[in-house]
Amino acid sequence: MIEVQDIRYSYPNKVEALKGVSIKIEDGEFVAIMGQNGAGKSTLVKHFNGLLKPSQGKVLIDGVETTKSSVAALARNVGFVFQNPDHQLFSESVEEEIAFALKNFGFKPEIIEDRVTWALNLLSLTKYRKTSPFLLSGGERKRVALASVLAWNPSTLILDEPTIGQDHEQKEKLRQFIIQMQTQKKTVVTVTHDVEFVAECNPRVILMKEGKIVADGEGKEILTDPALLELSSIVLPQIAQIFSKLASLGFPKDVIDIYEAKAIILKVMEEC
Amino acid sequence: MSVFDGLRFRKVSSPIHNLDPRIKFVYVIGIFVVAILFYQIIPLLILFFMQIPFVLLARVQRQWLRSLRGAAFLAIFIFVVNAGTTYFTSGYNLTAPNIENAAAMTLRFVVLVESFSVFFLTTSPDHLGLALEESRVPYEFAFAFTTAVRFVPVLAEEAQTIMDAQKARGLELEKGNLLKRIRNYVPVLIPLIVSAIRRSLELAEAMESRAWGATKKRTNLYLLTFRKGDYALLMITIAILTISVYIRFFGSAVPTITSFL
Amino acid sequence: MAIIETKNLTYTYPGASKPSISDVSIKVEKGEFVLITGPSGCGKTTLCRTFNGLVPHFYQGELKGEISVAGIDTLKHHTYEMAKHVGLVFQNPENQLFALSIEKDVAFGLENVGVSREEMRRKVDWALNQTGIFDIRERSPHEISGGQQQRVAIAAVLAMEPEVIVLDEPTSFLDPLSAEKIFEVIYKLNKEQGITVILVEHRLDLTAKYTNHLIVMDEGKIRFEGDPRQILGNEETRLIGVGIPKATLLYQILKKEGLNLPDKTPLSSEELADQLLEAIKLQ
Repeated sequence: MIEVQDIRYSYPNKVEALKGVSIKIEDGEFVAIMGQNGAGKSTLVKHFNGLLKPSQGKVLIDGVETTKSSVAALARNVGFVFQNPDHQLFSESVEEEIAFALKNFGFKPEIIEDRVTWALNLLSLTKYRKTSPFLLSGGERKRVALASVLAWNPSTLILDEPTIGQDHEQKEKLRQFIIQMQTQKKTVVTVTHDVEFVAECNPRVILMKEGKIVADGEGKEILTDPALLELSSIVLPQIAQIFSKLASLGFPKDVIDIYEAKAIILKVMEEC
Repeated sequence: MSVFDGLRFRKVSSPIHNLDPRIKFVYVIGIFVVAILFYQIIPLLILFFMQIPFVLLARVQRQWLRSLRGAAFLAIFIFVVNAGTTYFTSGYNLTAPNIENAAAMTLRFVVLVESFSVFFLTTSPDHLGLALEESRVPYEFAFAFTTAVRFVPVLAEEAQTIMDAQKARGLELEKGNLLKRIRNYVPVLIPLIVSAIRRSLELAEAMESRAWGATKKRTNLYLLTFRKGDYALLMITIAILTISVYIRFFGSAVPTITSFL
Repeated sequence: MAIIETKNLTYTYPGASKPSISDVSIKVEKGEFVLITGPSGCGKTTLCRTFNGLVPHFYQGELKGEISVAGIDTLKHHTYEMAKHVGLVFQNPENQLFALSIEKDVAFGLENVGVSREEMRRKVDWALNQTGIFDIRERSPHEISGGQQQRVAIAAVLAMEPEVIVLDEPTSFLDPLSAEKIFEVIYKLNKEQGITVILVEHRLDLTAKYTNHLIVMDEGKIRFEGDPRQILGNEETRLIGVGIPKATLLYQILKKEGLNLPDKTPLSSEELADQLLEAIKLQ
């Protein structure tokens, strides 16, 4: 469980990025943290694995304060996948890349072997086992970075802007992947500004603005609240845009799913 | 690090900041030459104190003092070496003139650091780049300079991100003996280098797409022009140089402090 | 006359086992707003780079087929000559700005070509105004947002007054709101200045409404080309992996259920909303 208790954080250049943030994320939840650039989203999630320690307040991961733990120890349970895979890749083969963290965490060689095979399989990278990661395409490198984090099976997964530069199919695979993680009872936290992607997943949404949380609740409700979206400079998802224009006819406003939209429209047409 | 602090540019507007960097550079070279001309302490002291009005006018006192503090270590070293060698070579005699000489050598070093510090503190990289562009230096060098300065903060941020990313995979940079610690940096250096190469490629594409190399007769949006202040500084520099050369080669001997004692 | 025309264009990067684009023949008329899309690796990035000569001059390798841009055969001319006619805006905002101030960056291309200072000043100011960044012209590129950086990149290209501006996924790194602003700038340049625009994008929900000429690529080949309404309404397009705008998908689903909607496939939420309002009023 991730517990954030009224934290404040200022960068060395004196900019205060978090101005009193409190949240609780239970095991197995899927949370999307959204907000404009500079709202403090990345700053917040970097507190979850101890990369940043709060200037004030406490962050507790499974009951342990992050200030009392090293990043390596926290990372054992909180896996962080950074936005740009090229900031992580450095090994001679995909295999070694995936084994890197396992070696750091002190896994035994036989177990490392098993885990690498499992991670390669999970992300359809088996044929690239001995390939140099630098020779792979952008999308494939993203999968290698993801595999290298999953390999050590953290209970929490943090994804920083996972949909940037991805095409439609890759985003769809990502969505399926997150669902799979959820069935394995993993906690998934994603930082994103991709409204359509969030609309398709409908997770819990935490909306931030200027270092504070301005909304925390069901994706459906938050993503269709024009006042909130105006406040945090986010765009309405397409389906919600359509329905907001039909509001005058009495259509509900909190629709983000395409199939729900279809059902509602058909029903209204029948009733006419 | 405090030495570097003293050399970093601060975005303040002052009459010194607005002076043409080329003239400022000529002035700094002038001070350099005068400092070399004299080995006596009194002229060097004059040189030292002469800089102070510039520092105050430019309002960079704090940073300037920091650069002096940074240079203090080397200055003490120079003093000790100078005094020490004369001590040993003159038969274990620590005479007043010897001390004064050592002090003079030290002061010469300090004057050099001081004047360069004022230069870099009051000249923005933009201005420097512009000066390079307008001088006879080939454009490629001026471009390399400004691009490097432009990307320093970007690379610094990226290095931090890479370190964070690898720390998040269990990499412990501080652990182990010296050899292990050096090896620990491989997962940080390689992505940094690869990223730098990728970035250069993208930059090159952008440059080509914007007509890089179209003509050797490149023009410039900005123009550095000399103004009253620049001419004034130039006059001052020439005056200082002339007087100094005259005193050094044609004038009477320069007095030393010990001669007053 | 077509401002861009290619015939059987085929290109393989040096060392690659198969071509990135094969047999590409397209025709772009002056003033069009062309949208190129397709799954990752379909060759759209490579195709963009043939328009100003980066392929093949910068990347080496052999470019087969014919290509003519603004009447010039790119194979026989340097990229710096093409720069006056075709501007290219890239994906990563940070890596296309090199000067220490924005206006110096916008002037870069003009400086390279040797334009006089007075003329340069005029063109730079004009480009800055067209892209709405005149007020921040003295800032440094590192202190501004990604959306502003991309506007600088567009201004830098615009200052050369090209006939064509090509943008390769310019909003990949931007949030949806900034992305929308960029598309508005581009659309304005197309409508008001008559500049031919070629935009490569995945985000069809934001861009489909601007185009009258859609090109869908897959595995190096052109799969569909023409009217976006017709192409996006086609099931096959979705199967290639193209992200059809949600409004269009919903329209198709509703039509399949027998709803009486007009035959014009909507490309944006506004269009579908209007169609639904009409349909409901009729009932």
